Amino acid sequence: MIISELKPLEELQQALSEFDKLFLVGCAACATACKAGGEEEIFKFQEWLVAQEKEVTGSVVIDEACHIMRAARDLRHHKNAVRDADAVVVLACGSGIQSISSTVEKRVVGGLNSMFLGNVRRFGHYEEMCSLCGDCILNETAGICPVTTCAKGLLNGPCGGMEDGHCEIDAELECAWCLIYERLQSQDRQGVFARRVPPKNWSHRRKPGRYRLKDGER
Amino acid sequence: MSHLSEQLASGRFVVTAEIAPPKGTHLAPALAAVEKFEGITAVNVTDNQGANMRLSSLALAAQLQQAGTETVLQLTCRDRNRMALQSDLLGAAAFGIENLLLLSGDHSKFGDHPDARPVFDLDSVQLLDMTAGLMAGVDMVGNALNGVPHFFPGAAVNPAADPFELMFQKVSKKVASGARFFQTQSIFEYKNLERFMLSMEPLNVPVIAGVLLIRSAKMARFLNANIPGVQVPKALVDRLDRAADPMSEGVAIARETVGWARELCQGVHLMTLGHDDKIPGILT
Repeated sequence: MIISELKPLEELQQALSEFDKLFLVGCAACATACKAGGEEEIFKFQEWLVAQEKEVTGSVVIDEACHIMRAARDLRHHKNAVRDADAVVVLACGSGIQSISSTVEKRVVGGLNSMFLGNVRRFGHYEEMCSLCGDCILNETAGICPVTTCAKGLLNGPCGGMEDGHCEIDAELECAWCLIYERLQSQDRQGVFARRVPPKNWSHRRKPGRYRLKDGER
Repeated sequence: MSHLSEQLASGRFVVTAEIAPPKGTHLAPALAAVEKFEGITAVNVTDNQGANMRLSSLALAAQLQQAGTETVLQLTCRDRNRMALQSDLLGAAAFGIENLLLLSGDHSKFGDHPDARPVFDLDSVQLLDMTAGLMAGVDMVGNALNGVPHFFPGAAVNPAADPFELMFQKVSKKVASGARFFQTQSIFEYKNLERFMLSMEPLNVPVIAGVLLIRSAKMARFLNANIPGVQVPKALVDRLDRAADPMSEGVAIARETVGWARELCQGVHLMTLGHDDKIPGILT
């Protein structure tokens, strides 16, 4: 899921300074799961806004804020409250914020910073394991992604900063290449070490990404 | 043919040193420092060393080369994508630079621009492969070059890395990708260097051992805490701590390491970090 966190309150105070009445939007998917934009956070944010002497005209937690059409439909159900607001505050990831900004006329203020596509280690602990590069090498690397979990995204083994199997940027972090090496050894195969991996094809990651199912797949 | 490649081919023990480009445009001190180097085959020119922004290594190397000093141009993947790396290499060839040390590069996090986006479009193995391609007259996508560069490409290694076998996998890849010599990370333990050189034997690629002048126990502790891949063993830190004159002790330690390199390797790379006047003392 998309891991996000509340922006610093000072930054939000600044961003909201010109508005008195606000409508709040949360997201029931990722932002709820990482406790940044669910029912509970919307409620807390509302309390904070009231303490800032703002008026909250209403709120909604959309099932999946990234779904442009559904977000628009859910907001239509609150059109009076939205109309009465000076701006809409969205506690969702950057995708969610843009679903809303593309459907309402009002100014939209994003309340979260989106950080990464994260796995859940346990509640409240998230780790980035995939960077959506569009050119997956996991089958050769024993299911451990060096593009993401090596701080330099190296494809041919560890850098000179590996110390006792740990990463140069964070001594708590195990070196991705060390993990790949150990797991491949335990599987008794060479995997990615059998070849020199050529430079990555980054054209798969060209922005902005666009993808459409073919007619028969829909 | 560069002197470095000729001397390594002839089996003569080589000595390289290094110089960091200035933070700014004032090149005179760097040029003057290199003038004073004695008995050095080639001078490495570092590339935004430690991820600290400085004048381009290519610019200083070109100046040195034109002033008659043979250089080893260090080039990292941290700050350039594959297009910039290729064009810098062609530019280097145009300035008569042949010796290269092709590196991944320290992560931007360690330097003075920690907010910079690190590039790493290529890794060091791919950079070596690309360089071999340029030398064969084609760029990375197979376009023919009008004028083909001649290089003597080298790579880096940390012989003390653990796990050793994992590190050595990459060394083998670098050799397969055209590394013609290695310069090592600073050496502090004989047994690490010995083990590494034993594994290197079948590959038949010369190794230039890295020797770092450690001026004090304080510096050793700083290196251990802050410099990736550098771990000064406690015994050496204690030795510097006990020394009445830590600088002389540091020179003595470096001299001992040079002795190991004379026994096991094909050369030494001296990292004196501005104390170039100590080089004769280290080499005696």
